[in-house]
Amino acid sequence: MNYFPDEVVEHVFDFVTSHKDRNAISLVCKSWYKIERYSRQKVFIGNCYATNPERLLRRFPCLKSLTLKGKPHFADFNLVPHEWGGFVLPWIEALARSRVGLEELRLKRMVVTDESLELLSRSFVNFKSLVLVSCEGFTTDGLASIAANCRHLRDLDLQENEIDDHRGQWLSCFPDTCTTLVTLNFACLEGETNLVALERLVARSPNLKSLKLNRAVPLDALARLMSCAPQMVDLGVGSYENDPDSESYLKLQAAIKKCTLLRSLSGFLEAAPHCLSAFHPICHNLTSLNLSYAAEIHGSHLIKLIQHCKKLQRLWILDSIGDKGLEVVASTCKELQELRVFPSDLLGGGNTAVTEEGLVAISAGCPKLHSILYFCQQMTNAALVTVAKNCPNFIRFRLCILEPNKPDHVTSQPLDEGFGAIVKACKSLRRLSLSGLLTDQVFLYIGMYANQLEMLSIAFAGDTDKGMLYVLNGCKKMKKLEIRDSPFGDTALLADVSKYETMRSLWMSSCEVTLSGCKGLAEKAPWLNVEIINETDNNRMEENGHEGRQKVDKLYLYRTVVGTRMDAPPFVWIL
Amino acid sequence: MSPEEELQSNVSVASSSPTSNCISRGTTLGGGLKEHNYLGLSDCSSSVGSSTLSTGLTEDDKASISLKATELTLGLPGSRSPARDTDLNLMTPPVKLDEKPFFPLLPSKDEICSSSQKINASGNKRGFSDTMDQFAEAKSSVYTGKNWMFPEAAATKSVTKKDVPQTIPKGQSSTTNNSSSPPAAKAQIVGWPPVRSYRKNTLATTCKNSDEVDGRPGSGVLFVKVSMDGAPYLRKVDLRSYTNYGELSSALEKMFTTFTLGQCGSNGAAGKDMLSETKLKDLLNGKDYVLTYEDKDGDWMLVGDVPWEMFIDVCKKLKIMKGCDAIGLAAAPRAVEKSKMRA
Repeated sequence: MNYFPDEVVEHVFDFVTSHKDRNAISLVCKSWYKIERYSRQKVFIGNCYATNPERLLRRFPCLKSLTLKGKPHFADFNLVPHEWGGFVLPWIEALARSRVGLEELRLKRMVVTDESLELLSRSFVNFKSLVLVSCEGFTTDGLASIAANCRHLRDLDLQENEIDDHRGQWLSCFPDTCTTLVTLNFACLEGETNLVALERLVARSPNLKSLKLNRAVPLDALARLMSCAPQMVDLGVGSYENDPDSESYLKLQAAIKKCTLLRSLSGFLEAAPHCLSAFHPICHNLTSLNLSYAAEIHGSHLIKLIQHCKKLQRLWILDSIGDKGLEVVASTCKELQELRVFPSDLLGGGNTAVTEEGLVAISAGCPKLHSILYFCQQMTNAALVTVAKNCPNFIRFRLCILEPNKPDHVTSQPLDEGFGAIVKACKSLRRLSLSGLLTDQVFLYIGMYANQLEMLSIAFAGDTDKGMLYVLNGCKKMKKLEIRDSPFGDTALLADVSKYETMRSLWMSSCEVTLSGCKGLAEKAPWLNVEIINETDNNRMEENGHEGRQKVDKLYLYRTVVGTRMDAPPFVWIL
Repeated sequence: MSPEEELQSNVSVASSSPTSNCISRGTTLGGGLKEHNYLGLSDCSSSVGSSTLSTGLTEDDKASISLKATELTLGLPGSRSPARDTDLNLMTPPVKLDEKPFFPLLPSKDEICSSSQKINASGNKRGFSDTMDQFAEAKSSVYTGKNWMFPEAAATKSVTKKDVPQTIPKGQSSTTNNSSSPPAAKAQIVGWPPVRSYRKNTLATTCKNSDEVDGRPGSGVLFVKVSMDGAPYLRKVDLRSYTNYGELSSALEKMFTTFTLGQCGSNGAAGKDMLSETKLKDLLNGKDYVLTYEDKDGDWMLVGDVPWEMFIDVCKKLKIMKGCDAIGLAAAPRAVEKSKMRA
C-alpha cells in the first residue's frame, strides 16, 4: 500500500467508516496515521475527559461530525450528582474558534446550556444534525436558537433529555425557508406545543422521515400531520385519546393507511387502547415498536396489535405484557432481534409482571434475537441454561431481577450456573448486566468465557476480591466496568494497574475500596484520573483518624491523555 | 406471661390477618414512601419482586412461618435448621428497611435470621458486608441481653447502614453511618432498579393523568353504572354486594321492572313482544334483553362467561341491551379468549 499515492490510500480509507477500524488503520504506520487523520470526518469520543478539544482539533482538522459522551452510565440511576461535569460548552467554543466545518453533533449524558446551543447555532454555517441523548441543562430557548439559525437543519433529535420547557414558541422559530428537516423528535418536552407552527413546519418538510411528538399533541393534530406526511418512516405518537367515532379518528385511519413507508412506531404516552386498531393496516410493515412508555396499552389491545406485527425486529415493551403476552410475541415476531421489557410498576402495587417463562418463550421462538434487556421478578438457572441453548448469538444480555440478591426461586441456589451458561454459549457477547444472587463463581465463568465482553454491570454480587480479579484478568476486551454494592476492595483494585490503560473507565460505588487504596492507584498510574465522589461531609475523610482506611463511597477512574480536569466540583476529588 | 406466650399471642393476632394488613399498608404515601407488612414480609407497594411473595403465601403458610420465626432457640442464628432458613429466605428480601412495625419482635428476628442465613449459605461476605458486621453486634445484644425492644433499633440501624446516606433527602447530609438515625427514611435503594429517571417521571405522569379508577382489591365497594336501553335514567349497583351472577340478575330485575312495565304501557314498542316480569327473569339467558358490560379495555362483552371474581375485576359499566342490538357482540368465544389472555 505504501507504493500508492496518498490520494489513492485516502480513497480506500473512505470506505472504512467504523471508528474502531479507523483507529486501527491509524496505528499501522506513520504515513497511514497522517493520511487517516486528515481524512477522518466522524470522530467518536467515548469519554469527554479522556482528551480535550485542542488535541481533537490538532489531530482531526477536517472533522465534520463529533460524538461525545459525558457522565458515566450509572448517572442514569441518580448515582452521580448533577454538577459532576460533562460540560459541552468548552468543546463548542473551541470548535467555533477553529472554524472547523462542523455538521453534526451527537451528545450523550452531557450538560448542555442554552448558551452552548446558541453558540452552536451561530458558528457553523453547514450545521445539519443535533442529537441529544439523556442530556440536561437547557431550555426551549436553546432550541429556538437552533431552529432560527441553522439554515440547513436536517435532524433535531431529542431523546430522553431533561429540558426546561419555557412554553415558548420555539417551533415557530423555524423560518419559512426551512424545508430540509428529516428528523424532528421532541417527545421529551413536557409543555404545550404550538400546533399551528408544527403543522406548517411538517407541511413544508417533504423530506421529513422521523417525527416524534410530545404529549401535548392530540390525536386530531396527529391526523392532520400524518395526512401531509405520507412519506413518514418513524412516528412517535403523543397523546392518543379520542372517541373512535369522531371525524378526526376517521381521518387518522385514512391517513395511516397511506403511510406505506412507516416502519417504526413509538410514543402513545396517553392512549385510549381501543383506538389502536387504526394502526393495524400498517403493522405488517413495522420493524420497530416502542410501547415502553405506553402505560395504558395492555391486555388484548396490545396483543392484537402485536399479532399484526410479523416483521418486527425491535420491540420495547412494559412488563405488563406478561409471560402470556411474550408467548404471543414469540410466536408472531420471528424476525425479532432486540427486545426490551421494562418494569411498569415503579410506584405501587404488584401488577402483572414477567418471569423466567416469558424469557424462555422468547428465546425459543425468536432465533434471531441478539439483544435483550429484561426486568423480571424471578429467574432460575434452568431457564438461563435453556435461553443460552436457544440463543447463542447474544451480543447484549442484560437481566435485571428486581429484588437484589434473589436466588433461583426454585432451587434457592445462586444464579452463577445460569449466567455461566450464557457467557459460555454466547461467544460474541459484548455487553452483560448481572443481577440476582451471585457468588465469585459467576465471575470465574465470565473471566473464562466472555472473551469479547466490553461492558459489564455488576450490582449486589460476589463474595471476595477474587470475583473482580477473575474479570480483570480474564476479559481482555473489557472497556467499561461498573460495579455497585459488591464486596470488592483494594486488593482487586490494585492487582493490575496497567489493565486500566486498556479500559475506558471503571466505576465502583458502595464497595470495599479505601481511600489509601485509591491514592496508591493514583500514584502508580498518573495517566489515570482517579475521581472520588464524596457527597457527604467533605472534611470528614481528612479529619478522621483512620483516613487511609476510610471506605470510598464512589470511585470513578478513567484513562486520559490530558490529566486532571479543571471543571470538577468541590465534592469530586481527583487524586 | 412468659416471653414465649407473649410471642405466641402476638403471632396469632398477626397471622390472622396478614393480607388485610398488607393491603392497608400497601397504599403509598405521598413522596413514594413505602410501608411494610409488619411481619417483615416483602412490602406490598412498589417493589415488584417482593409483593408477589407476600400475595403468594397462603394464610396458613404465613402463620407457620411467623411461628417458626419466633421460636426461641439457643445458640447463634447460624445454627438454625435449613428448613427454617429456606422459609425465611423466601420471606425476607435482604435490603428492606423496616419502618416502625407493630410487632417489633417478629421483623427484627426475621432480619437477623435472614442475614445470618446468608452467612450460612455463602460462608463469605455479601454485598452488605457492613450489615453483617452490624448484625454481629446486634446479635450479642439480642441474645444476651434478652432485650426485645433493642433489636428493632439495632436491626433497622444495621439494615440501613448502607442506605441511610443515600436515602436521606437533599439538604440533610448523613454524617455517620452508625448513628441511630430515624429509620423512617424510605427503604428504596438509590438507583435500583436501574431505570432512568426520565422513564420513571414519564410513566408517573401518565398514571397521574389517567382517568381509570383503580379498583384496589379488598376495598369495600365497587359501584358501576347500569344503563338500560330506553330507560330515562341510569342506576348504580355495588358489584361487591353480590357473590354470583344470580344475585346480580335478581337485583337488576328488581331495579328495572318499573321501566319495562312502563314501556309496555307507553309506547308498546312496535315489533317487540309484550314485556313481562317473566321475560326479565330471562335477562341473562339472552332472550329479549341481554346484559352486557364494558371491560377495562373498553370492549362490550356478554355478562356471564367468565368467573364472577374475574368479572367484577374487569367490569366498568353494565348495560341492559335489547336482544336485537346485541347481535354484534361476539359472545362466549371472545370472552373466554380474553379471560385466557388475562390469566
